[in-house]
Amino acid sequence: MKPIKRISRGVVAVAALLMISAYFVPLWQILMWAPQYPEGLEMKIWIDTLSGDVKIISALNHYIGMKHIEVEMFPEFGYMIYIVAVLIGVGLLAALWGKRLGLWIFAGLLVATGIAALVDFYLWGYDYGHNLDPTAAISIPGMSYQPPLIGTKQLLNFTAFSGPDIGGWIFMVSAVMAIGALVYEIYINRTK
Amino acid sequence: MDKKTILRSLLVVATLVGITVLQMCKPQAPASVSGSDAAVKAYVPPGQYDEFYNLVSGGFSGQMSVYGLPSGRLFRVIPVFSEDPTTGYGYSEETKAMLNTSHGYVPWDDLHHPAVSTTNGEHDGRWVFGNANNTPRVARIDLKTFRTSEIIELPNSGGNHSSPFITENTEYVVAGTRFSVPVGDKTDVAISTFKENFKGYISFISVDPKDGKMNIAFQLKTPGVSFDLARAGKGPSHGWFFFSCYNTEQAYTLLEVNASQKDKDFIMAVNWKKAEEYLAQGKGEKVKARYARNRYDESTHTATSEMLTEVLQLDPAVLKDIIYFIPCPKSPHGCDTDPSGEYIVGSGKLAALIPVFSFTKIQQAIANKDFEGEFAGIPVIKYESALHGEVKKPGLGPLHTEFDANGNAYTSFFVSSEIVKWNVKSLEVLDRVPTYYSIGHLCVPGGPTRKPHGKYVIAYNKITKDRYLPTGPELTQSAQIYDITGEKMKLILDFPTIGEPHYAEAIPASLIMPQSTKIFKIEENNHPYVAKGEGQAKVERKGNEVHVYMTAIRSHLTPDNIEGVRVGDEVYFHVTNLEQDWDVPHGFAIKGAANAELLIMPGETATLKWKPLSVGVYPFYCTDFCSALHQEMQGYIRISPAGSNVPLKYSTGKTDDTAAGAGR
Repeated sequence: MKPIKRISRGVVAVAALLMISAYFVPLWQILMWAPQYPEGLEMKIWIDTLSGDVKIISALNHYIGMKHIEVEMFPEFGYMIYIVAVLIGVGLLAALWGKRLGLWIFAGLLVATGIAALVDFYLWGYDYGHNLDPTAAISIPGMSYQPPLIGTKQLLNFTAFSGPDIGGWIFMVSAVMAIGALVYEIYINRTK
Repeated sequence: MDKKTILRSLLVVATLVGITVLQMCKPQAPASVSGSDAAVKAYVPPGQYDEFYNLVSGGFSGQMSVYGLPSGRLFRVIPVFSEDPTTGYGYSEETKAMLNTSHGYVPWDDLHHPAVSTTNGEHDGRWVFGNANNTPRVARIDLKTFRTSEIIELPNSGGNHSSPFITENTEYVVAGTRFSVPVGDKTDVAISTFKENFKGYISFISVDPKDGKMNIAFQLKTPGVSFDLARAGKGPSHGWFFFSCYNTEQAYTLLEVNASQKDKDFIMAVNWKKAEEYLAQGKGEKVKARYARNRYDESTHTATSEMLTEVLQLDPAVLKDIIYFIPCPKSPHGCDTDPSGEYIVGSGKLAALIPVFSFTKIQQAIANKDFEGEFAGIPVIKYESALHGEVKKPGLGPLHTEFDANGNAYTSFFVSSEIVKWNVKSLEVLDRVPTYYSIGHLCVPGGPTRKPHGKYVIAYNKITKDRYLPTGPELTQSAQIYDITGEKMKLILDFPTIGEPHYAEAIPASLIMPQSTKIFKIEENNHPYVAKGEGQAKVERKGNEVHVYMTAIRSHLTPDNIEGVRVGDEVYFHVTNLEQDWDVPHGFAIKGAANAELLIMPGETATLKWKPLSVGVYPFYCTDFCSALHQEMQGYIRISPAGSNVPLKYSTGKTDDTAAGAGR
């Protein structure tokens, strides 16, 4: 197994350590604006909880039959802290081990986790937006209210935006650093 | 032509010429248009904020109103001394206590003067105080919630006009009686024994710097005159207070004539630091009194009233050096200290000049015992010894003076209906503008503070006549804004006010807006009948009292079906607004209630008491247009005959409900 450069080991260690921030800052955000809410409403997704105007958003969404958003709805909040801990551990081990396989495992895990998180979020959003209470006060045939996965979407009188928050951005930086280290290792070995 | 025809023709010509000449001599009507840039100066485009809050007394409405400057837009009327069925103030179980007095519940009063709290003589944006002129009281309004937080009654007072002026750090709010009254055990006396039995009192109300709580620290027993207005010293004169007084003739009938006899009445200078020294030495006398103090608790959303029984008094006729009189021409009204604290402007409302007194000279005169005599045992300083100078021929009937930051004073003239700008040091008249009509008070933003914000002077007028579309015999009250940034004052806007306005203060929006309360946190709601969620909504019977713990959230009330209530019951609807979102109040009203509605802010609980008088099913609903399904926010309560055995039950969203006591 090929050993990796000291600089790559350093980069991987930093990438792993950066992810500790996930325990202290929000990872994802959903922002909403309406004529009645020019100041906007926000929902922040943390590693183990939700914050922001969740109650207000739920109160408004009950008119169209959407479920009341509760932290308990998301089993993810129970195990995400462990997944991130494993990721950080794998990253630090990869840096200690100093082999290219370690780098592959770490970068691969990061990308896989990112994709899994987006798929999970999409599936929840699909259910939240489609599985509506049939007795809701406002029912528009053919209309569903799935929030955007990433980006902006108009939902009735609301403009909704979904995207990474600080923690999400830091995660992406970590992933870019890990992949960058891997690409660098492959590149310098080829040119040798 | 014969002679007759010639004469006739000449007569016709002469008449026509005469009429023309007379027309030319007729004075011009007052100018109704102002400068061409006026509209721009008062224009605040849609979606933009005003620069200042204008806190305007509501006069005989008993309330205080909030306008924006320079737009003159009305934002809010704060219920203070008069009950307000719109918000339920004085009607809800929580707020009834606010209007309690030693005379019982008093539903109305007359609010003349706001005073915005200061720290180091500058606006701090914490509270605004207001006076009740009829049943003497002082109110404190919280500028976070724009609600009345406390009302304290004043014993030994008859008409609290000389109030609620404040000291530099809001140490004290003062209250001087407009009517002297007989006090103590001798209250059933002949009115003609005025000189012997009638006393004036000045109350110093302390304000707790932490939470604003008020307490009468002490009262000064003063001669039986009428106190009109007052201002605290500031800077070098901090520690002193100046009160204008009229009726030093001590008349008790036809004051219009009998209180206007003397050439000079007084400005009373009070050394309150000296009074504090006497108090510390235990020279105060505890006197029996009976007065109410009502406080609103934001955590229980409930007011409580306590009856106090004692007040501490000092007698300046015995305890020397607390008060001095300064002669001031013709029934002084306004008594205003300039931003430097050196000059005190007295405005004799029947005078044709304005005397300006110097604090330094007053101190010298006291040190040199430069007195012209005594009035009721109190030394009277010689007029000339206290005088800085007189503003000559300023106008007729000066009332009030405000100041800008550049050493200028602005005095209102009721009789000549104008504002006159003059320089405080040189006493030179600089400019004058007419007001429409008969200005009373006026306001420069920060005018009574050490650092005036300037920019505008606002006139509060007593007569509007031809300025607005008529509405029958009673016309709107009004204010006018003048731009004072240039050398000449320029009228830029007329705006109608609730009324009638007396004094007003203006404070920069930046001092109030950032700290404005948006919601009350439901977790911090300690109301004994709160329901912090629909799961806590319920109906309980205690004898003939029925307590409904009701919740309101867009767009339903819980419970919205109630049965098992009987004629003879007293029903208390304790409605909690579960919203935690700004600008989403809910309302509550029920058919036939001999009461009012409730407006309940997010996170708040309010209670409407209702006595059903006859059998039937009564609808109730949300009165504040809260949401798209506001109209659906309604429910029923069934009232059965007295002694009926219909079981108590309540629900929301149950359509096939047969089980007794079923809640959701």
